[in-house]
Amino acid sequence: MTASFKAQKITSVRMLNDSTCWITLDGSIQADPGQFVMAWLPGIGEKPFSIAGMDPLSLMVVDVGIFSHALHTLGVGDEVWIKGPLGHGFSLEGERLLLVAGGYGAAPLYPLADLASKSGRTVDVCIGAGTESGILLTAEFGELGCGLSLATEDGSRGKRGLVTTLVAEAMNQLNYDTLYACGPTGMLSALADLCQQQQVNDQLSWEAHMRCGMGLCGSCEVPQAFDPSLPPGWLACFDGPVFIKRWA
Amino acid sequence: MPSKPFLSIVLGNLKLKNPLVLASGVMGTSPTLLQRIALAGAGAVTAKSCGPQAREGHPNPVMVEWEHGLLNAIGLTNPGVEEEVPLLKEAKALIKPLGVPLFASIFAGTVDEFILVAEKIVAAEPDLIEVNISCPNVKDDYGLPFAADTASAVAVTQAVKSRVGDIPISIKLAPNVPDIGRIAQAVVDAGANLITAINTMPGMVIDPDAVQPVLSNKVGGLSGPALKPIALRCVAEIARCVSVPIIGTGGVTTGQDAIEMLMAGATAVGVGSALWYRGPEAFTLILKEMQSFMEEHNYRSVKELIGKAL
Repeated sequence: MTASFKAQKITSVRMLNDSTCWITLDGSIQADPGQFVMAWLPGIGEKPFSIAGMDPLSLMVVDVGIFSHALHTLGVGDEVWIKGPLGHGFSLEGERLLLVAGGYGAAPLYPLADLASKSGRTVDVCIGAGTESGILLTAEFGELGCGLSLATEDGSRGKRGLVTTLVAEAMNQLNYDTLYACGPTGMLSALADLCQQQQVNDQLSWEAHMRCGMGLCGSCEVPQAFDPSLPPGWLACFDGPVFIKRWA
Repeated sequence: MPSKPFLSIVLGNLKLKNPLVLASGVMGTSPTLLQRIALAGAGAVTAKSCGPQAREGHPNPVMVEWEHGLLNAIGLTNPGVEEEVPLLKEAKALIKPLGVPLFASIFAGTVDEFILVAEKIVAAEPDLIEVNISCPNVKDDYGLPFAADTASAVAVTQAVKSRVGDIPISIKLAPNVPDIGRIAQAVVDAGANLITAINTMPGMVIDPDAVQPVLSNKVGGLSGPALKPIALRCVAEIARCVSVPIIGTGGVTTGQDAIEMLMAGATAVGVGSALWYRGPEAFTLILKEMQSFMEEHNYRSVKELIGKAL
């Protein structure tokens, strides 16, 4: 039963910026990077979260709504109910990997980078955000030995502009085997285009409004308008969040 | 080498290439999702129930797995009949070339509202209209009162039937009633062309650490493997009381489950929660398993199985 809840105690809470915290829970989770869990706070609600760390299970939480705000008020020893792992995550393919994070999209890419670098692969990471505070986990990716390039729309950190510009540059410099990405839909659509043009295999993690999280209610369909390669009726919670595309 | 057994069926005035029907509620109302299920091998697909107005449904959690099945309280999320009609039209255009009929599903809180929804849904030209008088998740305003009370069930049936012209209607019944056979008989007498049985069974899952029910709605509809024996009993009882076709729904996950449902008296078999256990490939897998069983036991057609265990 992967879709029943289990209460897990918080063992640490670390603020990454003004509105983002890293919550560590007791116990590990057996999952692929890119899979997600449903977190439930009884009486408050339930939301999907990327698995940001597997051992111990960790979540990156941005204070954007009632539920995430409630998570932010919790401390060590408090419980969060976890259901999962759910969905299908990333698959490690190739030797030279390019990881692209749009802001909070860094969360599921971190355990992927961890796994990839431990297995001796070359991992480069491009992170983009609106402003400096949205650039997350740079130290963590750095510790894993990943090459890092940063961009912000306001130029407060790294290059001024969009992360897709960094990606295009990186792809000109090295023939990557696979591009992995998580972030806003517009960024993913642009990367899907770019990868198609360059015939680079890509694994994009899509986001949609999830309700059941189990592939039954039909709420989280990702339309083909976002990526023409998606099959009709592709569900972020069940088929994804990660869509794996191989051109070769 | 003998030829493969026939899986095609006749369901009232409809021909289905196999007896598996996507149960209402699963996959919502999106045309491309219904298309996907048609491509995955379903004999027919049923859209999620729509009512007079848009409904957001219940807050999360809306679904949970337990030892022997699932429990859900989505809460009849739907865009309202006005918006549903173009979606169904689009869905029909996508799946008609695949030879897969489209079933609409409707619900409402009063007989008058049922009339309003029925009159509007006709514009989508569904191949069948399922009348959901039995959703367990919105007890206060919709559902159970109709399925539990013969007179109300009859009133809804007559009202809908009189507004939909030649489109066949199937009344979806609830399992938690004292005499499902009698209710089936009454709605058939009132004009129902088919019976869909059963809806989910009301249930509750409690998390002892949280000291509260898991679903935000507290109660939900129980589905999956645990529902199958209940559904088989209901279908068998209905089959003894009426001669119209039955869409037997509840806990069918394997080919053997589908065979059992047919043997209980169903002509077609609803598939829903199986999509959690086996993914959309459930349709292909179930059909393959049915075919193997039929070959092994020398059944030539699905028709030979209907009511065989009664």
